[in-house]
Amino acid sequence: MRAEPAVWTTGAVVLGGLPFLLSLFQVVQLTVFMAFCLLALSLDLIWGVAGILSFGQAAFFGVGGYAYGVVGINSGSTTLGLAGAVASAAVLAALLGYFTFYGRVGAMYFAVITLTVTLILHQVMGSTAGPRYAIGAARLGGYNGMTNIPSLALELPGRTPSVLEPVPLFYVVGGLLLVVLGLGRALVRSSFGRVLRAIREDEGRTELLGYDVRWRKLLTFVISGGIAGLAGGLFAGWGNFINPQVFSLSQSALVVIWVMVGGRGTLYGAIAGALVVQWLTNYLGAASVTYTSVLLGVALVVIVLIFPGGLVPAVGRGLGWLVERPRRALAVLP
Amino acid sequence: MDLAVVTAFGIVYAIATLVLLALGLAVIFGMMGVINLAQGEFLMLGAYTVLLATAHGLGVWVGIALAPLCVGIVGLLVERAIIRFLYGRMLDTMLATWGLSLALVGIVTLVFGPTTEGVATPLGFFTMGRYSVSYYNVFVVGVTLAALAVTYGLFNFTRAGLVARATMQNAGMVAGLGVNPAWVYMGTFAYGAALAGLGGAIMAPLTGVVPTLGLAFIAKIFITVIVGGPVILLGTTTAGSVLGFVESVVSYASTPIYGQVAMLAFAIVLLRLLPQGISGFWRRGV
Amino acid sequence: MLEARGLVKEFGGLRAVAGMDFTLRRGELRCLIGPNGAGKSTFFKLLAAVLKPTAGTIRFKGLDLPRLQPHEVARAGIGIKFQVPRVYEQLSVADNLWLAANFRHGRAAGAAVERALAEIRLGERRDARVAHLSHGDRQWVEIGMVLAAEPELILLDEPTAGMTHAEARRTADLVREINRRATVVVVEHDMDFVRQLAATVTVLHRGAVLAEGSMDEIRDNATVRDIYLGKRPHARG
Repeated sequence: MRAEPAVWTTGAVVLGGLPFLLSLFQVVQLTVFMAFCLLALSLDLIWGVAGILSFGQAAFFGVGGYAYGVVGINSGSTTLGLAGAVASAAVLAALLGYFTFYGRVGAMYFAVITLTVTLILHQVMGSTAGPRYAIGAARLGGYNGMTNIPSLALELPGRTPSVLEPVPLFYVVGGLLLVVLGLGRALVRSSFGRVLRAIREDEGRTELLGYDVRWRKLLTFVISGGIAGLAGGLFAGWGNFINPQVFSLSQSALVVIWVMVGGRGTLYGAIAGALVVQWLTNYLGAASVTYTSVLLGVALVVIVLIFPGGLVPAVGRGLGWLVERPRRALAVLP
Repeated sequence: MDLAVVTAFGIVYAIATLVLLALGLAVIFGMMGVINLAQGEFLMLGAYTVLLATAHGLGVWVGIALAPLCVGIVGLLVERAIIRFLYGRMLDTMLATWGLSLALVGIVTLVFGPTTEGVATPLGFFTMGRYSVSYYNVFVVGVTLAALAVTYGLFNFTRAGLVARATMQNAGMVAGLGVNPAWVYMGTFAYGAALAGLGGAIMAPLTGVVPTLGLAFIAKIFITVIVGGPVILLGTTTAGSVLGFVESVVSYASTPIYGQVAMLAFAIVLLRLLPQGISGFWRRGV
Repeated sequence: MLEARGLVKEFGGLRAVAGMDFTLRRGELRCLIGPNGAGKSTFFKLLAAVLKPTAGTIRFKGLDLPRLQPHEVARAGIGIKFQVPRVYEQLSVADNLWLAANFRHGRAAGAAVERALAEIRLGERRDARVAHLSHGDRQWVEIGMVLAAEPELILLDEPTAGMTHAEARRTADLVREINRRATVVVVEHDMDFVRQLAATVTVLHRGAVLAEGSMDEIRDNATVRDIYLGKRPHARG
């Protein structure tokens, strides 16, 4: 797509203009949606591009969120907190990735292991109630989670930190999303990305061609983990809290649903999928959490059975067909 | 002395529960290669069968007897509606059954409400020295052994079992011999679901009946089956014994939560060391 | 360049390769023939380091071949073409070749891709998805991938399987052409093709080397004739 820089510029312009068109409440909502878009993007990178299904993105998201809280509360600097979020998630991904990729664990077992790690974290973090479960000044809080997490603040050297108001926060999160998207697309189109896609198509064949697939998978997994950690840190900084719910089965499922809805491998799809599903969930969730759960479950089944390539691409093709017919009919006219 | 016996029995009981609950998934995974993440919900439906039976005055035992039948039928429907389109696509099956799981939990919550209902544990206690042991726990171990025996017998000594095993190895050839593989798949999946229904029904008095019952168990049984590998009975029993042992020992030493964590972590290590599961290097069999 | 000593490969009770010695000099063009069950495929897979020997050694340029990881085999300079074409179905011809060339050439991959495209004569179909190509063309794509990586030793497993006479002749020309730049080992059934290659022939039987020499020498060998070639001079294996 040679038009990509144009797409990003348009995106930046739209982003810039949105706060003027939306209510304050919608701006705040969209901010957290964009953090979710980052999370979806992280899964699309490891799954859509490299073909490795990971149920563990929620784990990196949660670890990032908790790390942001711990570092933010203890150091007072939210920039450091974000750095801590990315670093801790990336380290976890590196450990897990090394353990599995260099151990040549198969794809299904890898998915199982990532799911298990997420569940372990769910159990562990849920049992940390009480004042003795604290890192420095940050109490882990058990099932209730960590509260009093500092909001993201703009920290420039030589000036006092100023907490970001909703609109500037919107720009920061949106900006980060665009930057990560841009870098992600650049990665996908580079030779490294092309080899990743070969790994997705036929890992064994790629090895026979001479590529060491292990470090490539590990690197992609670490990058993806770091992005998920960033999303987690932003989430914690946005809402000032984080709890073990982020490690739940439904949260893990949700990330997968976002990417499945949006279509795998393009990165844009993941963002679209996250936005569509979250907007729908909010719209319906006003009715009932349980109904949402049922609908999400049914949606997942339907998508797997009927639209394995993603819902958004299928809709896009359908719309394209709708446009093509009249155009072709018109073209026949003299 | 009494303490040792009671503790030993406690460990056996923990292992038995794990094996009983995992057996259905083991049959489905071992025979069909399908990872059914809705298996927990089959357990849950079995438990609700018992709840309904007691609510309508039929008693616990009737409920336990009916559960495999009811859940088996549900399994049949699921296989026809969803699973059969996804054979060979293991990860897609995981995703679709995950969606099914979410939907089932939601539907049951809408119908029965989100609270935990209790079912009285029948049979009473017997004492061993200063400790009392529930007869029902002994019953659970007995049912587990019976289920293992029945499954083994079914697959190894009956004609249907032979046909099933043949289909799993080469469906095309079996079709050439006049058997429709679709029936085999339906039957096997339904049997696995029925086993889950039985397990859930048996556990109902002990755990309480709640829509999220399945979610509490799915991780454990899933891991047990994967670690067990493709040889169904031996693999699941071995994995169940090892993991169940780890879990109960750590639970006794600290808390049940750390017990679960220890079991899950140990399972990850086992998977790394034995990438095909414990029974992976044995020939495929029951 | 490549030396195998006392090579044994057992599968359970079956001895597919039973004590083979095999030496290959740099720049050679060698054909491996033998009836079904002679151990050709197994030996080929041992050379390709896809299988590890039960006993014996294989050394390639002094390296202990069985010890190498799959990607290191290509790195060491061995290019392999298996009997069943294994190519990236969902990618274009050019992309397939690029992947093969990129490993060896990096930035200069583009030129290598063009060269390979010319040699396999699929230039106009460079952007076609491999899944849409015929079986014969897929074989060519895989041959192209092997060429693009410019290995020192090329292993070909039944390269003319499924090809017409004309295509096979073209392949023989190509193999002789490649032999100018690389050592080549060809496992084959098609006797016409083997004859066109005019290479040294190694005959395998029951997992061991039965005879070795030029095509004429082999044909004159009575034992080989009885076991394999049969009374009819143009019998196909």
